[in-house]
Amino acid sequence: MKPFVEIHDVAMRYGGVEGTLALRGTSLSVAKGEFVAVVGPSGCGKSTLMRLVTGLWPATEGTVIVGGQEVVKPLSVAGMAFQNPTLLPWRSILDNVMLPLEVVEPHRRRLRTERAAYEAEARGLLKLVGLEGVEKKQPWQLSGGMQQRASLCRALIHQPALLMLDEPFGALDIFTREDLWAVLQEVWLARRPTVILVTHDLREAVYLADRVLCMSSRPGRIISETRIPFSRPRELATTYTPEFQALVAALREEINTARKSEEVPGAA
Amino acid sequence: MPLEVAHPKDRAAALIAAARRRRVLQAWLPWIVVVAMFGFWEIAVRGFDVPEFVLPAPSAIAASMVKWWQPILQNAWATLVTTAIGFALAIVFGLALGVAIGSSTLLYHGLYPLLIAFNSVPKVAVVPVLVIWFGAGAIPAIITAFLISFFPIVVNVATGIATVEPELRDVLRALGARPIDIIRKVGLPRAMPYFFASLKIAITVAFVGSIIAETVASNDGIGKLMIVASSRFDVPLVFAGLIVTGVMGVLMYAVAAAIEIRTTGWAMRGQTDPMTQAPGG
Repeated sequence: MKPFVEIHDVAMRYGGVEGTLALRGTSLSVAKGEFVAVVGPSGCGKSTLMRLVTGLWPATEGTVIVGGQEVVKPLSVAGMAFQNPTLLPWRSILDNVMLPLEVVEPHRRRLRTERAAYEAEARGLLKLVGLEGVEKKQPWQLSGGMQQRASLCRALIHQPALLMLDEPFGALDIFTREDLWAVLQEVWLARRPTVILVTHDLREAVYLADRVLCMSSRPGRIISETRIPFSRPRELATTYTPEFQALVAALREEINTARKSEEVPGAA
Repeated sequence: MPLEVAHPKDRAAALIAAARRRRVLQAWLPWIVVVAMFGFWEIAVRGFDVPEFVLPAPSAIAASMVKWWQPILQNAWATLVTTAIGFALAIVFGLALGVAIGSSTLLYHGLYPLLIAFNSVPKVAVVPVLVIWFGAGAIPAIITAFLISFFPIVVNVATGIATVEPELRDVLRALGARPIDIIRKVGLPRAMPYFFASLKIAITVAFVGSIIAETVASNDGIGKLMIVASSRFDVPLVFAGLIVTGVMGVLMYAVAAAIEIRTTGWAMRGQTDPMTQAPGG
């Protein structure tokens, strides 16, 4: 099958010719409907990778292809969620979730005539993530975890073919995080978008993804990939099995190696 | 258990009562301050026997207001209309230019020095030029009110739009939003608190502008009234004009503040009373 997202030998440098090299020689491909997690030491360019794939930033070298077309401007098929909820404070939760519908075609054209149907869908999504009854509240009236759930709904509402998640659960406590893993898995199983999840949390990566890609330290590139064999839907109990723990430990080891390789030039 | 510890219910009731007392005091305090100021003024003028043509007592000013109520009202109305037209023009052009230079770095760098230079020119020096162009009357006053209140609006709106968090913009850009969408959905709402903050400054300086112009060359308006009154050494009437201007400024400010609270309440959540807010989460 032809991959949905393809990155060929991409490099990204910030701040001109002498600037910081964030990525170098990065290649990866993601099949349609696949769930891929990207892990790596901090500062390895994971977030840069996200921005390249969605076309928010142009790559310095190499090509990024999404859905068979080279990415030269921001995509319109992507849904994004960041570490911060980034909700608009002047809109109610429901209006925040419906924001993509006001921008993305064909919803944009239909929104006026089919508002009720769209609103029902938004309410359904909010219910799915456990936010029933707060639709009319303002973002600041909700806790951080609830805002993050709403942010996830906003990334999903327009049924994007590609879901880009940049440490979406990074700022949450472990209980909320585990709740949201289950929600995300449920949504993914129901709709099968292509997902690229950037995370620091190896348990999260192994629990959610079909494939975990490990990046080297800056300038980042993909140094290994691990297929996750567990069947779906995965239960939280899966994360306590020895097989799961062994996978996490192996990934941990790889990241350690990646970090050590970074320390060598630093010491010189 | 020590005796002085109150029952939790009583303590909650006491807290609510204290909050209510504070709110009542807060509502009355401006009036108390104004009355106290006039009282102090009256006593000082009488006590030190200050001549009326130096500083008239509030009672003399009030008497003058009653005596001349018709011309005061007529001229106050003229000034109010002049100011309102100038201010409305400042809102329209200030908002448009603010959005333009706030969303384009190129325009920002290109126009900002000129705007600063323009704002540094004393408006009182511009009035004679305006009189040469348009003749004495309401038009120089409208333009002066516009010129003086335009700048704070432009600067604030531009700041509000230029300081949109990059992540908020990315959320929309990742959806394929056009620049105009980003301005409409994020830039403008984000700039609204800045805009209304600037309106509160702009409306008060708009009065300054129109009255300056009226004192130089106009057939009516509070500025004209005060010039005529001072040429007759009718100092109480001059002060009556000053007070009427102050009252109009406060009223217009109150209108701007009321609109601000209605439209941008989301930005002022920190100032609402915690006793009336339900906690989230």
